Amino acid sequence: MAAEGHKLAIFRGLLKFKSNQQKIWGVLIFLSIVTTIEVALGIIKPESLMVSFLRMKILNWIFIILTIVKAYYIAWDFMHIRDERSGLKNSIVLPLLILIPYLAFILLIEADYIFEVMDSGFVSWNF
Amino acid sequence: MEVTVNAENEEVWGGGNKPLNASYGKLMMWFFIVSDALTFTGFLVSYGFSRFKNINSWPIADEVFTHFPFLHGIDAPMYYVALMTFVLIFSSVTMVLAVDAGHHMQKSKVTFYMLLTIIGGAIFVGSQAWEWKNFIKGEYGALETRGGQILQFVDTTTGKRAAIQEFAIGVETDRATHQPSNGIWYQSETALPTVALAEVKKGFIEDENLVVRTQLLDENGQKTVLSRSESLAKVNEAVAVVEGANLVHNEYGNRLFADFFFFITGFHGFHVLSGVVINIIIFFNVILGTYEKRGHYEMVEKVGLYWHFVDLVWVFVFTFFYLV
Repeated sequence: MAAEGHKLAIFRGLLKFKSNQQKIWGVLIFLSIVTTIEVALGIIKPESLMVSFLRMKILNWIFIILTIVKAYYIAWDFMHIRDERSGLKNSIVLPLLILIPYLAFILLIEADYIFEVMDSGFVSWNF
Repeated sequence: MEVTVNAENEEVWGGGNKPLNASYGKLMMWFFIVSDALTFTGFLVSYGFSRFKNINSWPIADEVFTHFPFLHGIDAPMYYVALMTFVLIFSSVTMVLAVDAGHHMQKSKVTFYMLLTIIGGAIFVGSQAWEWKNFIKGEYGALETRGGQILQFVDTTTGKRAAIQEFAIGVETDRATHQPSNGIWYQSETALPTVALAEVKKGFIEDENLVVRTQLLDENGQKTVLSRSESLAKVNEAVAVVEGANLVHNEYGNRLFADFFFFITGFHGFHVLSGVVINIIIFFNVILGTYEKRGHYEMVEKVGLYWHFVDLVWVFVFTFFYLV
């Protein structure tokens, strides 16, 4: 990858930087803002976000989505995936994108089932 | 289509083609990162498994990680890990600046940014060690029942947690730590807790204001606090004193919680440590001018990939251990 081969726009071209260094600082500011929002929400824990949605609190959904956003910018701009060929990009991202949600899905469903069995079973776990 | 194979090139199979426009070393680093990402996935998902399995009794992270340097006794959840996160993100930025300077063949800038990255990494590992120290040492202590349930104590006058070391009342006992030299030679025992079970029980019975807090979460996501009479019955079921945490017992609640804490943050901390070591090696190579002679700073880019990956993993560990 040549030094001048960087793609300098983030947010789908909404924000364009003049040089790669500027883009790095821009991404740092963005990541810091996201982390600050996460920490602030984690400390305040607003009542309105403590409602359950799809079996999990909205607050937790927000945390997970913000984490994925952060992961995207770290991989795309710090690890330069944005500048790689689509072949390399896909062979890195697609296996993870398919396997991780799959593993999470089956194991969490299984854990939920085990919880039900332990909770409604005839064995006491609290002794 | 972005295919580089040149049809006119007779030497297609003679090597030297880079269909992905990335060098061998960089591709291998990516292979490693993808497989390592799946390893961390395995850890984090099994953490999720255990947590969903014990969804109504899992420890609340905000109550466990409350320490901040120089703020003794002040309840400061999250701040310390947030600081660690910022340190790691910042060291990621200095790393990517070093990579960028390497593209422009600016040796002194690469040296400077690599140094900052190493310092950032060292601060992070040190912070994690401090976090572990607090976690292992514990704060309030707890009793454990025969079924492995943790009983914590609350002072009803203040509504705050009560430390067993403070309310326990001394009981005369000859019980000493079992040493192989003065007991059964093939058995030994780790150091006894600072207070004995009988002392905690006695102290609890004497102080009318103390009640037991169980592991179970109520519908508001708070730990269930028992009434005084229920507490007295519960304390009689206790079989051991637990102070701090190890792989077998921990005062925070479910045993798996401490196990996963040690394994996941330990595995990540080991990655950071090895990243720092690799960065130091590359740092000296930069100073010696190895890459100047080679004509490119791709090695910096490769360790950069690893370093960013470590940062990426921390983003997830931070979310699933401290936030969610």
